[in-house]
Order: sequence, then structure tokens, then C-alpha cells
Amino acid sequence: MAEEFEPKIVAFLCKWCSSAGSDLAGVSRMQYPPNVVPITVMCSGSVSPLYILSAFNKGADGVLVSGCHPGDCHYIKGNYYARRRIALVKELMEYIGLEPDRFQMSWVSAAEGIKYTKIIKDFVNILKPLGPQTNLRRSQ
Amino acid sequence: MKKRTGVFVCHCGINIAGTVDVKKVADKLGKHKAVAHSEDYVYMCSDPGQNLITNAIKEHKLDSIVVSCCSPTLHEKTFQNAAKAGGINEFQSEIANIREQCSWVHKDKEKATIKAEKITRSAVERVNKNESLEPISFPVTRRAMVIGAGIAGIQAALDMANTGYEVVLVEKNPSIGGHMIQLSETFPTLDCSQCILSPKMVEVSKHENIKLLTYSEVQEISGYVGNFNVKIKKNPTFVDPDKCTLCDECTKVCPVLTSDEFDLGLTGRRAIYMPFPQAIPATYTLDDKHCPGLLPIACGKCADVCDPGAIDYDMKPEIIEEEVGAIVIATGFDLYEKEEMGEYGSGKYPDVLDGLQFERLCSASGPTQGEVLRPSDHKVPKEVVFIQCSGSRDPEQHCAYCSKICCMYTAKHAMLYKHHVPDGQAYIFYIDIRSGGKGYEEFVQRAVEEDGVVYLRGKVSKIFEYNGKIRVWGVDTLAGKDIEIDADMVVLAQAMRPSKDADKLAKLLKISIDKDGFLQEAHPKLRPVESVTAGMFLAGAAQAPKDIPEAVAQASGAAAKALAILSQENLFHSPQVAKSIPNLCTGCGMCVDVCPYDALSLKNGKVEVNEVLCEGCGTCSATCLRAAIEVKNITPYQIYEMINASLGG
Ligand SMILES: Cc1cc2nc3c(=O)[nH]c(=O)nc-3n(C[C@H](O)[C@H](O)[C@H](O)COP(=O)(O)OP(=O)(O)OC[C@H]3O[C@@H](n4cnc5c(N)ncnc54)[C@H](O)[C@@H]3O)c2cc1C
Ligand code: FES
Repeated sequence: MAEEFEPKIVAFLCKWCSSAGSDLAGVSRMQYPPNVVPITVMCSGSVSPLYILSAFNKGADGVLVSGCHPGDCHYIKGNYYARRRIALVKELMEYIGLEPDRFQMSWVSAAEGIKYTKIIKDFVNILKPLGPQTNLRRSQ
Repeated sequence: MKKRTGVFVCHCGINIAGTVDVKKVADKLGKHKAVAHSEDYVYMCSDPGQNLITNAIKEHKLDSIVVSCCSPTLHEKTFQNAAKAGGINEFQSEIANIREQCSWVHKDKEKATIKAEKITRSAVERVNKNESLEPISFPVTRRAMVIGAGIAGIQAALDMANTGYEVVLVEKNPSIGGHMIQLSETFPTLDCSQCILSPKMVEVSKHENIKLLTYSEVQEISGYVGNFNVKIKKNPTFVDPDKCTLCDECTKVCPVLTSDEFDLGLTGRRAIYMPFPQAIPATYTLDDKHCPGLLPIACGKCADVCDPGAIDYDMKPEIIEEEVGAIVIATGFDLYEKEEMGEYGSGKYPDVLDGLQFERLCSASGPTQGEVLRPSDHKVPKEVVFIQCSGSRDPEQHCAYCSKICCMYTAKHAMLYKHHVPDGQAYIFYIDIRSGGKGYEEFVQRAVEEDGVVYLRGKVSKIFEYNGKIRVWGVDTLAGKDIEIDADMVVLAQAMRPSKDADKLAKLLKISIDKDGFLQEAHPKLRPVESVTAGMFLAGAAQAPKDIPEAVAQASGAAAKALAILSQENLFHSPQVAKSIPNLCTGCGMCVDVCPYDALSLKNGKVEVNEVLCEGCGTCSATCLRAAIEVKNITPYQIYEMINASLGG
């Protein structure tokens, strides 16, 4: 039997809330699938749509951007900009024939280890039936 | 040029090594073209672990390091110091978090090891393009400004001035003192408010380190923490305080009578007036909105009787510029207007007072010299109804929040009333009694037990004039019945709201306000006296409804925070800030618009970064279509390499 498909996920986590929230998941020894590799950025507002497309281009099956809750951004309003950009990225993905579900945005505070765990578990479950992402993957 | 990076993989006992094959990670990374040395060790953060890193840097001529260990929040600084000890720049050290974000959250050793390799490689790629940076140092203007001179502002100013720093205290009214100077007695001890506040006001006026600017408002501000430039408009009082001898001849001849702000309309004052006898500065003010005689042909009576010639109709507003390093904002509160309370008569009944008016009525220096009399007919009220939460805790029609102090001051009012009118009866309508505070619950009990105050749990639905009385319709939800009282006087415990124009000031200062308009603290628990803007601190009721002890405590806290800045000659700022790439920049200005800190500006068609204002959030770089601006050491190029590494490419 063929090995089960394991989606590769890149997660852009803001340093102040979401990365701290994922640290809390660790400190609390919560378990989630190892499919996700986190990249800590200063703020969700610093995630350019190009980063997201680049991740798909380099073979990601899913991309997550996670920041502080609206109103809680360490830099006042970075996550509002992120939220606006994300809407555009979703539209663009549809346009180029990439399932919009492959891209997710979430708000995870430093106190939400459980939420982070759940987001990763759910995301993996959403991605598995979608199979490998091939539309944007650069030919190897 | 290729770097010579050292990779150090920590076991953290079995915390990491239990799930991640640390040797394999070190071996695998050792093969990376930029890695000159790699090894693993049981506890990298221990002294021997740090020495191992320092020595390896020297021995293998490393120019950068990656430590694969726990979260950077724990030991980033430790390993930056180890890097420095080895002779390399602290910004040539990166952490790969393989504990919280890997070994602790997975069980499958093989998969966790692969993930740890990816995380570590990602850090190697990042450090490969890190620049060596030095903290940005800038000098501090070692004086402070306090805006608002109620008890909170006064306390903050005195605390800082007594430490030896100069303080500019800006107050918009002709006198300092804020609302506390209007109060009669204060809970929970019933000591006289003016008696405890006026010595502090005098201290302010005599203090060699305090520059007092009354009747003044902030107009413009520029700069950043450590170096603010503030422009203040000082309104003309038309009276020279140095010449004025306080003889009071002027008010006797002034033909104008207008409502007195200090007594909240319970009395009148002249167009030339002293706000109250203990006013600081002790001088008169000519109110140009009411005076007909600024053109001396029209009146000029006060100037005629002023022997010392203190009155000067030609006085002009003055713009004063001040340089300060830190600012405390203590602009206090105002009461929610009675006019807003349709159900309670919209302010049209003279015998329906708000809490502050009742304070004036009880005050020995008030309009009735401390006798409690009805404003309408000067009779002693025999039945008084106090209504709590008037305008508070009513999200549908008024303010959603609890004003916090009204339970206490209403108990106080009922007690004071009974002390003035022993045969009178006080009723209090309440929703809940919130008497958290030292001695507060006992105070409320005292009102019930010693002064026979009747507490009725329920809301008042309507009040209206009836037969020369105020008819109050309410319910007692505990007894389950409707209540009707024909009262001689009604006192509304109006909600506390941010002082008028606090939102405009906040905008000017670039600090945030919360959903109710109070000034927003940087963190609701851990940074309650700091604003979101570095160098600006909050004190008193401007931040949230609070009583005097809390306002004073927060003021001292804000002063201490401001002093932490003033006590330094230089401040340091993280050098991981934005950097523009001029030959890519087309001057479209999109980054300038999104910057939350106003750190970017266009000069000759290119963007320029003010490194002191920039916090390095990177919003600009995500906005720029041409990659013409990036944050140092986390550039798009670095991110692309990290993405590649994260996907095992
Ligand atoms: C009816 C009533 C009874 C009370 N009784 C008690 C009591 O018994 N015990 C107790 O502990 N507390 C009591 N309080 C609460 C107490 O009044 C407040 O806690 C206290 O006044 C808060 O002080 P503050 O300095 O923060 O604000 P404020 O007293 O409001 O002072 C703010 C100052 O800032 C000035 N200002 C505002 N905007 C600007 C601007 N833009 N530029 C320059 N200056 C500006 C104002 O003119 C004012 O002088 C009572 C409150 C009320 C309403
Ligand atoms: S810092 Fe977390 S979203 Fe901006």
C-alpha cells in the first residue's frame, strides 16, 4: 500500500503572539502532527503575498499565516494589513486554480497553545484529501 | 562571500534528545556548505556549554553561530553574549527552536528529527545573510512633561521634580487641582479633600523644578522617546499675576454674571474671576468669551479700579516650545452629562443634581457654605434619592462599562447628607454594590448601620416633577415591588467618561484610545502605565475610571517609568530596523502610508527611514511592490531561503 500523503506546511508566525502561542503548546506538551515548519516573523503584517506564493512554488501543500488577535498586534495595526492582503491572496489563488483552502490565516495569542494545536491538526486534515499541491510547484 | 557558521545542537537533557536525534542533526548540518563546524552538547545554556561555543568560535574562526535549542524568548540573549565573548557581533547569532516547536510537540523520532533539521537549516540560511549591527544610541533630553494637573498629574510632576528633574506641567484650566479640589470629603475616611490637596498644589507652585503652564493646551508634537518637541498654546488671562495683589476690586465692578464652572452652575461668577479661593496660580483670569470690554471702549471697568495696573487687554496667546524626554498624560475624566439622561429629566430639573454638584453643595466652601439646600427654593431636603449607575452599565443607551467609584461616592453622599440633615432620609437605588478596596466594604456598611441609609436594589425607570417634588418611579427587585418616592432632591451618580477632547489629544500624541475613549495602556495587565508609544505614560482617570488612591498609585508608577528614561544619558534602540534600497524605490509612498510609527518619509522622491522611530515590524516591506524596503536581518531574500529550507528543498 502506498504511504499516506503527508502535506508539507509552512507557518509564518508573528513573534509576539502566535510564535509565543506555539511555544506554549510546547511547554504544555500538546501534540500535533510534525507536518508544519514554523518561520517566526516580526509581525503578520510583514508577510508579503510573495512569501506565500514562494512557499507554494517551492512545494508547500499548505501555508499558514498566524498573528495576534485583531486589535492586539504588537505593532498596533500590522494584522489589519495582513487581513486585507490575505483576502486578496485567496482571490488570486482561486484565479490561478489553487484551492483557497491550502492557505489559512489565524489569530493565536500567546495564551492559546490549545488553539494553535487545533489549527495545525485541522489544517493537516483539510490538506490530506486535497493531495499534493502541483499547480504552483516549480518543476524539479 | 560564504560564511563560516557554527551549529550547536543542544540535548536539553532528554527534553530534546528524547525525541530528536541530535547527533544526526549536527552531522547533517555539518555538511552544509556554509557550516564550518557543528557539534551537540547536553546543556548548551550551561556555563560549560557557553564556553564550548565561545571556544569553537575562536578555534574554527567562525563568523556566525546557530544554536538549536529552546525558544529564543529564553536564551537568545545568553547565546548572543556567548557570541560576543567569542569576538563576533551579537547579531551573528540565531536560535533554531527545536524544543517548544518540535521535540515537545511530537513523538515520532524520525519525523521530529527531519523537522529539527529543517528548522536548524532555516536558521543557518538566515544567519548566512545577517549583517553585523550595533544598537542605535541617541541622547536623551532629561526633562519631562505632564499634561493635566489633577491629583494624578500633580503627583507625577512632584515625584519627578523631587528627584531633581525639570518638569513642565500643562493644565488647560486657569487653576490646577482637577476634580479632586471640587470634592467635599473623600471616602473611605471622610477627610476634607481640599485640606489634603491644597498643600500639594502649593508645593507645585513653589517647586523650583516645576514650570507650570496653566490655561494652556498642547498644540503640536514631534519627535520620539527621549526627544519630544512640544508646542503649547498659552491662552491670555489678561491679568499679570506678578502685579495682581488679589484685592478683588475688579470682580465688584464687573457687570457680567455667568455660570460658575467650579460650582457647576450652582452659583454665578463674573467675567473676571478667580476660579476658587485656593486656586494655583493665585490670580484672576479675564474670560474673553464673556467680557464685553476687551475693547476698552465697551467696558473697561475692571482696569479702571485696578490700582496696580495688572489688567492688560492686549495680552495675546503665546506659543511656547518645550523639549522633553518623556511625557505623562493625566487628563482625567468628565461626568457623563445629565442632559444625556432622558429618563432622568435631561438636566432640566434644578433639584436633580449630579454627583459633583452634590459635592459642591456639601462643601464648606461651596455655594451654600456647606448647608444642604435645594437649588430651586433653598429649603432643606427631607427625602433624597440617590441613583447609582446613572449612565453606567447600560450598553443599549449609555456607557457599557462600570464607572467603578460611584458605589463608594454615593454611600459617601448619603452619609454626608445625613450628617448635614440628621432627620432626613436617604434612599439609594443600586444594581450591585461594588466596594472592593481597603476599608471600602466597611464604609458602605457604616452608611447602612450608622446613618440608616435605605438601599433599594433596582433601577429607576423615570423621574419627573410632581407637586413641587421629584417623583421617582423605581423597583425593588429584592422585595419584588414597585416603588414610588416623592423626593425633595435627586442625585445622579453619573458615569465617568474620558475628559472632553481626550480623543483629539490622543490623536495628536499618537497614542491609542480604547472602545470607550479612555487612553489605552500598552498591556492590560503587565504594562498598565505605559501607552503604546514609547516614552509616553498614562496616569489617573484618563486611562480608566478610578478613585484617588488608584490615581495616585498609577501616577507614581508613571513617574517612575518616565524617570527610568530621564535617568539615562543615552537610550538604545534595536538596530533591526527598516532599510531602503534607493535604486529600487520609485517614491510611490505606499510604505509611508502604512507605517504605524511615522518612521518613513519621502525625501527627493525616495523613502527615508528614521531609525529611532522604526520598530522593525516589516509592514513596509510587505507593502512595497518593488522590494525597495526591507528590515535588516529578516529581509525577503532571507525569508525565501528560510522557506526553501523549511520545505527541505
Ligand atoms: C462625585 C465624585 C465624588 C468622588 N469622590 C471621591 C472620593 O471620595 N474618594 C476618592 O478616592 N475619589 C473620589 N472621586 C474620584 C476622584 O475625583 C478621581 O479619582 C480623581 O479626581 C482623578 O484624578 P485625575 O487627576 O486622574 O483626573 P481629574 O481630576 O479629572 O484631573 C484632570 C486634569 O487634567 C486637565 N485636563 C484635561 N484635559 C486636558 C488637556 N487636553 N490639556 C491639559 N489639561 C487637561 C483637567 O482640566 C484637570 O485639571 C470622586 C469622583 C466624583 C465624580
Ligand atoms: S505582532 Fe503579532 S500580528 Fe503584529
